[in-house]
Amino acid sequence: MPSGGSWEDNVPDKRMTEDEVIAELDSGMTIGIGGWGSRRKPMSLVRAILRSDLTDLHIVSYGGPDVGILTAAGKACKVTYGFVSLDSIPLEPHFRAARQAGSLDDFMELDEGAFYLGLMAAAHRVPFYPTRAGLGTAMLSENPGLKTVRSPYDDGEELVAIPAFEMDAVLLHMNRADAKGNGQFLGPDLYFDDLFAMAGAKTYMSAEKVIPTEDFLNEGPVYTLKIPRVHVDGVVEAPMGAHFTECPPDYGRDEAFQKEYAATAKDPDAWAQFRANWLELESHEAYRAKLEERGN
Amino acid sequence: MSDQTTNDVTLDEICVVALAEAFRGDGEVLCNPMGPVPVIASRLARATFEPDLMLTDTIAYAIEGNLPFGGDPSDAVIESYMPFRSIFDQVWSGKRHVVMGASQIDKYGNQNFAAIGEYRKPKAQLLGMRGAPGNLINHATTYWVPNQTRAFSETVDVVSGPGYDRIAELPEASRANFEIRRVVTDLGAYDFESDDRTMRVRSLHPGVTLEQAQEASPFELTVTGDVPESRPPTDEELALIRDVFDPAGVRKSEFR
Repeated sequence: MPSGGSWEDNVPDKRMTEDEVIAELDSGMTIGIGGWGSRRKPMSLVRAILRSDLTDLHIVSYGGPDVGILTAAGKACKVTYGFVSLDSIPLEPHFRAARQAGSLDDFMELDEGAFYLGLMAAAHRVPFYPTRAGLGTAMLSENPGLKTVRSPYDDGEELVAIPAFEMDAVLLHMNRADAKGNGQFLGPDLYFDDLFAMAGAKTYMSAEKVIPTEDFLNEGPVYTLKIPRVHVDGVVEAPMGAHFTECPPDYGRDEAFQKEYAATAKDPDAWAQFRANWLELESHEAYRAKLEERGN
Repeated sequence: MSDQTTNDVTLDEICVVALAEAFRGDGEVLCNPMGPVPVIASRLARATFEPDLMLTDTIAYAIEGNLPFGGDPSDAVIESYMPFRSIFDQVWSGKRHVVMGASQIDKYGNQNFAAIGEYRKPKAQLLGMRGAPGNLINHATTYWVPNQTRAFSETVDVVSGPGYDRIAELPEASRANFEIRRVVTDLGAYDFESDDRTMRVRSLHPGVTLEQAQEASPFELTVTGDVPESRPPTDEELALIRDVFDPAGVRKSEFR
């Protein structure tokens, strides 16, 4: 066995708080958010954006309540998305209200598979990946920013060039992490979080629990270790950090809470009250304490 | 038509069978239906005449066996892992047949479930593009339309899934994998096996006349020859639908 003073001691400890993450962000930045719909979203970080003075953000997301909240609160001025849904409630009502009011007129809506290509292009540092998705549809005709490219080979086919999603910062939530920034997912689907992590100029990862590296394999098999620390700049320990979105196997979606959130899209007073009561609390600890009072 | 048809078979069961028929001949492809009638139809097809289909549990696994709609997939035998990334790879590989909905659909099969009204500031924001652009251009697509009168449209406000007229403008390589296999509604089953690739009446559900079907469409339906009646479920199929796949009758909730 190697003796003490090990290599591990020299690896930086990347743990930080939500507010320390947000302090590294600036208004006008492009921010990628991992997860999928109302599943494993870094909600404690999203709420930290909400209580900050950040503004004019461009959000890139397989959208759920992250997009709904940041759009309704006026934090997002542009959204690039594959869809925006709460899963059990198919249409994100806050996002829907913003689209219908015309208050969010800067957006790029892509086929959800094409969105994967934009993440992959950014992760691989190429300007685009080609696809046929979008040909003959409004995805292409209504997106003047989206260009086509001709194959240089004999076929000469014209394809849609999905641009690399260059992101100043990426926010993710994992089931487990170590202090060095390795991340582990334990649910049924990683979604595209590894690509998000690679694509972000800076990547901040919250996790249900920060554990010693040697404990990872007690939690799940080796192929759940999908986020390598070279792509992670900060680690936030946030138990219930994805609430009210689901984070299996740690917890399912809080459907009752989600319904309450969704209902506030119809009523500005209810929305203001919900924001004050739940979304703009001073810390994630305060949020958790309130959840406990509620009986969660 | 009335809810009751011959032999006590109901409209929802006729629709399940008409949708299941869309998978006939598919062989080994991944089938990704969503919602009660499409899910039950695909499971029915696999349990009877199309045993090689691969079906997902609608979460992240391809599963074997006759799982009821909404049933707990944790007891099912998992035959493959299908997280979303694999689903998209599967879309592009082409070995897939999807069933989607349509808030609007026109005579060439142009489909809209993205938005009603002006795209940039819609009167009603719907699902958005979701996977429609990629699905249509990569593999077979069938549309399930529980209310024909509401969905059939002269034109669609936003094209999320392209139809045969738009696809015809693309070069051969781009359209090689495009196929709208079927459109199944509460009145009948339609395809595009017509010379000009317009929506053709394939069969009408029991009790529905051509006049009624045409009445429920703002565009002219194409008719070639005699229009058969949609086939009723066999006794075996009826038992599978009622007792195995949907004992709670969730499928009936789609007809409102």
